[in-house]
Amino acid sequence: MPKGKDTALMSWKEVPFGCYILEPGNSVKFKTGDWRSFRPVLDKEKCIKCGQCYIMCPEPAYEQDEEGYYIVNLTYCKGCGICASVCPKGAITMVIEEV
Amino acid sequence: MIEVRLHGRGGQGAVTSAELIAVAAINQGKYAQAFPSFGPERRGAPVQAFVRVSEEPIRTREKIYFPDVVLVLDPSLPSIVNVTAGLKEDGLVILNSHKDEKELREMLGGWRGRLAVVDATKIALEELGLPITNTTMLGAFLKATGLVDQKYLEEALEERFGRLAEKNKKAMARAIKEIKIYQ
Amino acid sequence: MGKRIAKEVSIAVAEAVKQCRVDVIAAYPITPQTHIVEHLSELVANGELDAEYITVESEHSAISACLGSVATGARTFTSTSAQGLALMHEILFITSALRLPVVMVVANRALSAPISIWNDHADIMAQRDVGWIQTFAENGQEAVDLVYHAFRVAEDRRVMFPAIVNIDGFTLSHMIEPIELPDQEQVDQYLPPFKPRYKLDPRKPISIGPVGIPEIYTEAKKAQDEAFKNAYRVIIKAWDEFEKIFGRRYRPVETYRMEDAEVALLIMGSLAETAMTAVDRMREAGKKVGLVRIRLWRPFPLRDFVRAVKGVKMLAVVDRALSPGATGGPVAVEVRSALYQVPGRPRVVSFIAGLGGRDVTVEDFEEMADKAYFYLKKKPKESYEMIGVKE
Repeated sequence: MPKGKDTALMSWKEVPFGCYILEPGNSVKFKTGDWRSFRPVLDKEKCIKCGQCYIMCPEPAYEQDEEGYYIVNLTYCKGCGICASVCPKGAITMVIEEV
Repeated sequence: MIEVRLHGRGGQGAVTSAELIAVAAINQGKYAQAFPSFGPERRGAPVQAFVRVSEEPIRTREKIYFPDVVLVLDPSLPSIVNVTAGLKEDGLVILNSHKDEKELREMLGGWRGRLAVVDATKIALEELGLPITNTTMLGAFLKATGLVDQKYLEEALEERFGRLAEKNKKAMARAIKEIKIYQ
Repeated sequence: MGKRIAKEVSIAVAEAVKQCRVDVIAAYPITPQTHIVEHLSELVANGELDAEYITVESEHSAISACLGSVATGARTFTSTSAQGLALMHEILFITSALRLPVVMVVANRALSAPISIWNDHADIMAQRDVGWIQTFAENGQEAVDLVYHAFRVAEDRRVMFPAIVNIDGFTLSHMIEPIELPDQEQVDQYLPPFKPRYKLDPRKPISIGPVGIPEIYTEAKKAQDEAFKNAYRVIIKAWDEFEKIFGRRYRPVETYRMEDAEVALLIMGSLAETAMTAVDRMREAGKKVGLVRIRLWRPFPLRDFVRAVKGVKMLAVVDRALSPGATGGPVAVEVRSALYQVPGRPRVVSFIAGLGGRDVTVEDFEEMADKAYFYLKKKPKESYEMIGVKE
């Protein structure tokens, strides 16, 4: 049988001072894209580049491309569907991820 | 160690008087404690303040139950507060009053011990233009007890009252002169 | 050298905080702490103290502002009492776990209900486990000296924990007594500028206060506890250094007339002075009574304490707080546990006294010592006893 401490991430001696995170922006290492079971798909015909998806995305996984469209980064998109829900033009559709 | 209880009304400066006695004693090289009766302060309500003066470091934080000296700032207090409560037999009562000895002893429930009296309200009205008697009564205290030197008490007054100190020093000096002490 | 002056202890404490060159004060006024923060706000308003005084709408906000302020590397002070301290409660844990060295003076006061603005230790005993360094002052001089010490220890890079200096509300905070305030140069010599290990700075961002999942929380707490216990050494060294500069010596546990003592009174805070007078009187009457005072409550100075009570038959612990339904007052419970493994340990009797401003007199201490003698022969019926209750 395992002991509880076998699940520990590190020795207490290695715990950083006050649990501070000294490396800024290290959440990019945390790839939330593999949580996804639905994927947002953008219909550029309907898109008015309002940026609601960009603002509301909790990850945030949206970035603006050179043409001004907001494009989701699937490495981080966890498929929550908020972008599709807030899009005023119905330009984003959540489609099932193919297994 | 000499223990003093001051009686006044909220706003009359009983706490300030206690403080000034302690400041003078400490600056004179003695040990002293001054403290108010702890709690909410209400203007006009009877209040008490306390002082301990000693040649040795003071090692107690008890309230004062059996004072050596009682100093009463307001002439109306002895008839509503038992100002001699707990006072030692060889203790001293210092009153602000224009009344005579006999009348005052009756008012104090037949107090037969030492008594000192000065009409501090009259002096304060004449010197300060206000019936605030605390600094006048400090003069009475000084004369009756000899516990602190006038010089140190005057310095404490100056530090506390700045340019108003002169008037207060004058009131104090008059009390020293006009006080009547009965054994 | 410093000057001996007559000062109200609260005012002297505020002057000491000023001498520590604090950058930020955030506090909410509450009796009997009021005079400390009033005087500090005056000093700031008059330009005598170059600090930011943040007025807040509650103690919860006060300590939160302090936490943020110290995280940016600003020397930070606050002060409170009773319900105010209780309202700070949750943030106190965060301040210590995040290693943010705020210094706080608590003017100890009873907790409601019934409403009481008067002195006891209920407020601080409810904060036993918050992970702050905690000391108790006996008199005005010590209150002031412990403020300098608190900043020095808390901000030491080997420590980095917040610290509370406890002063009894009214019986100490409102007392005018002789105090020697040191010169600014002495304080500067003792207390170097605050240089934290890390600070919040937009030019070099860091994150403070992340989630601790079950896979790390235990290790994080172990790391915190080890660091906290290690603070003891720095606390002692800082007192050694204090003695060199200011000439006054402080130890975690003090004893008074403990040579050959059979019964010892144990107390924290300003009542120890009254207890000394009681000990003197009992010694004159031939009773072998001594006094032990705990100055450093957290981290608990186990070895110093055990040494101090060696050879004593009965330890009469005088608690200023009630822990309803417990096996004793909070200090009694602590020391009983501390002594359990000690061979030839003294027995411990727990007295609860001086609640909500009730005076504890020399005679009360004599009564407790007499009872302690009596309980050597006959076991007490209850595991703790309230003193001075009218039946």
